[in-house]
Amino acid sequence: MTNYDVLIVGGGSVGCAIAYALSRYDLKVAVAEKELDVGMGTSGRNSGVVHAGFNNRPGSLMAKLCVEGNEGFEALCKMLDIPYKRTGKLIVGYDEADHQALIKLKEQGEKNGVKGLEIIDGAAIRAIEPDLPASWAMLSRNTAVFNPFLYSIHLAEASAQNGVQYYLNSPVTAVEATEEGYRVQAGDHVLTCRTLINSAGLFADKVSAMAGDPSFTIYPCRGEYYLLDKGTLKMPVYPVPRPGVGGLGVHLTVTVDGNILIGPSADYIDNHEDYSTTEPILDQLRREAMILLPTLNMRTVIGTYAGVRPKLVKKGEANFGDFVIERSPKAKHLINLIGIESPGITASMPIARMVLDILSEDTELVEKPDFVPTYRGIPPFAELSRAEQRALIEQDPDYGDVVCRCETVTRAQVKRALHNPIGATGVIAVKNRTRSTMGRCNGGYCFQRIVELLLSEGKSPQDIDLKRRGDRPLLGYVKGGQA
Amino acid sequence: MERADLVVIGGGPAGLAAAVRAKEKGVDRVLLLERNPVLGGILNQCIHDGFGVLRFGSAMSGPEYAARFIQMARDAGVETVTGAMVVELSPDKKVTYITPQGLFEVQAKAVILSTGCRERTRGALAVPGNRPAGVYTAGVVQYLMNMRNIAFGKNVVIMGSGDIGLIMARRMTLEGARVHCVLEKLPFCSGLPRNVRQCLEDFDIPLCLAETVKEIHGDDHITHVITAKVDEKGRFIPGSERTIPCDVLVLSVGLIPENELAKACGIEMDPVTGGALVDGDLMTSVPGVFSCGNGLHVHDLVDLVSEEGERAAEHAAAYLKGAANKPMVPVTVSGGIRYVLPRQLTAGEDGYLSMRVMLPGRDQKLTVTAGGKTLVSKKMKRVMPSEMIRLKVKDVPACEQVEVSLV
Repeated sequence: MTNYDVLIVGGGSVGCAIAYALSRYDLKVAVAEKELDVGMGTSGRNSGVVHAGFNNRPGSLMAKLCVEGNEGFEALCKMLDIPYKRTGKLIVGYDEADHQALIKLKEQGEKNGVKGLEIIDGAAIRAIEPDLPASWAMLSRNTAVFNPFLYSIHLAEASAQNGVQYYLNSPVTAVEATEEGYRVQAGDHVLTCRTLINSAGLFADKVSAMAGDPSFTIYPCRGEYYLLDKGTLKMPVYPVPRPGVGGLGVHLTVTVDGNILIGPSADYIDNHEDYSTTEPILDQLRREAMILLPTLNMRTVIGTYAGVRPKLVKKGEANFGDFVIERSPKAKHLINLIGIESPGITASMPIARMVLDILSEDTELVEKPDFVPTYRGIPPFAELSRAEQRALIEQDPDYGDVVCRCETVTRAQVKRALHNPIGATGVIAVKNRTRSTMGRCNGGYCFQRIVELLLSEGKSPQDIDLKRRGDRPLLGYVKGGQA
Repeated sequence: MERADLVVIGGGPAGLAAAVRAKEKGVDRVLLLERNPVLGGILNQCIHDGFGVLRFGSAMSGPEYAARFIQMARDAGVETVTGAMVVELSPDKKVTYITPQGLFEVQAKAVILSTGCRERTRGALAVPGNRPAGVYTAGVVQYLMNMRNIAFGKNVVIMGSGDIGLIMARRMTLEGARVHCVLEKLPFCSGLPRNVRQCLEDFDIPLCLAETVKEIHGDDHITHVITAKVDEKGRFIPGSERTIPCDVLVLSVGLIPENELAKACGIEMDPVTGGALVDGDLMTSVPGVFSCGNGLHVHDLVDLVSEEGERAAEHAAAYLKGAANKPMVPVTVSGGIRYVLPRQLTAGEDGYLSMRVMLPGRDQKLTVTAGGKTLVSKKMKRVMPSEMIRLKVKDVPACEQVEVSLV
């Protein structure tokens, strides 16, 4: 049994942000995550947009924390080597009603303290994106895009470097209240803690109930996406928000790597982890995207995916449920984070600061003298200059061995991803850290090379995981055995 | 900077043949760059036989076929660098490549692109459903099974009737798996008739035409697919669904010429073939850069890939000798032809046309005419989209256009 001051349940962006914020202090902290890597739930399945904060109801926690988060996001990304681009964003409309709605949206944004909002006309829109047919738009200069995988990963790895222990592949199955806190079964581990921080996302209601507070129900609301190859779109393009839709509307997003996303839809589902895409929704995404940008080339589709929003409102209810961030009134050692959906990642660092405030009510926070705030990830070989690439190869010949042709990822990067500081396993650990298997060939070139690397390190084929424990991409050896 | 007369990018069957022929034609320094640790390209994982029947008069395995050309390249004095990934080709023919030894630049006078093709993916098809483990393209299965002895599963469904899928249906059956069926969305097979006979019929594997995968299921690992029949417009026919339990889904749904280098270099592309637009000399829109093999358009026989590589090399050699620009005659098509390549022929020389039809057909006539005069006329007893048609046009006349027609 291992004892901690704080146990964070859920290694999504919020859990990892809290872990990073706590790693500054002299506390024993652990994170229990059910998947093979961090950021695998809602945190890794979204549009990858840093929101400005104009969509949220004035006075709400969502609005306040989103605006705060946006302000600090760039500096945080710089500190933790997370790819980030301040692209701006367009919210587009077509008629006078849309124009009026955009003016209202701008007023709401300004009430929330959002800066850099401007209403522009068709000519100004086309000066930015020549192929958009829209007549009116609100340009939000402070909207940005970032790499959502590396956001959670670098927060986690930076916190691990400062002493936070990660228990991956460790779903929390039992929580028992003790006199001083909790005893928690997480995978094969029994962990005790004085404070339990519940950032379990889609399962936050269940973790809260296990810890003695059954007040919540999470309603999963799925969003499906298309992923397209790199294109020429410069910034995300959203439609004017329609009331009663459980999201921001189907939009086009450019990722920090230049790919284009179409999505997400918004459909309430029964199974919290049903990440299927469906034929009618994919049809709808195509149709709505073509309205936004009629020249979109659907022949460049790389794949589809889905994410699930942990909503606190049911289907058909008024479309607003604010973040719940509180010490549970029913369980004093439990700090709950419930309903952290969009703009949860943008707001994650302010959320972490709120959690620190709540924690400090009964826990002394003493800064560690040796805290290292900065973190450097795996060098993104493809984005470096030729001189930098040359220098890396001289340092380590494995940088001269290209494993993934679409994204130009090298053997050295893949090796570093496989031996990451938080013990993430599976091909997914490589994918999320390096982009290998994420390109247009869907891993047709690199998957086998990653497998070969794993085999050369002594893994058996049947022990290789793809995305989740036991998903068994390979059965073993054919008769005759190992080659 | 390092210099070479000719840099050949890609050491598979097209590139090997091109490099050898260039040396034979007297090109001085020929540098062949291959990204894998060994030459031969995709041939190395093709351990089945049937290669070289046209070329060498005997059916060989892929590695045997490659070995012949690798030996020829050695004998001819082709310089090769393996483990070399070309990361950039500039319009002035500077080639940047990286190897574990470093990052290198070489200034070429001419370049041949023989970069091969890649497989179309499940993602590109956007098949709805979950994204569980156990879904692979046929080439990935072929590589890991043939090169690393990896076993994939016991119950297999193959989506798409491309040749690699048919080959892998037999291969997986031989390794003890049960291949339930090969599904083809079109009403005809995409692979060669000989592969249907040798890989499916001989092993009692059903080929289900006008049927495809509608949904993929399984939370972590694939558990089953739902298939459905499709109508002539490719729409699912309601009520025709069946559920097939499986632990592997192999995709063989088409090949795409790989042209990232060419595109980044600004070379004009042909949206129908996915390869570069080339003239009668197989030269791209960038002077001195030639394209051949599956990187130009997807072939069905490796023997023809090698032959095209050799023709590219001959034209590259002539280009290097400063041969005068010859007038080109545009080629137009009519009838049931999906594409013809090249889209221009060199006047005064023999022209070589490759083409594919849109639909299977019988008893058709293929004609090549220029200015009302018939140059070639050929009865086609049977045409298949899977079988490339090749045609030699002797001594192409200087004229406004050459018309190819299949009716």
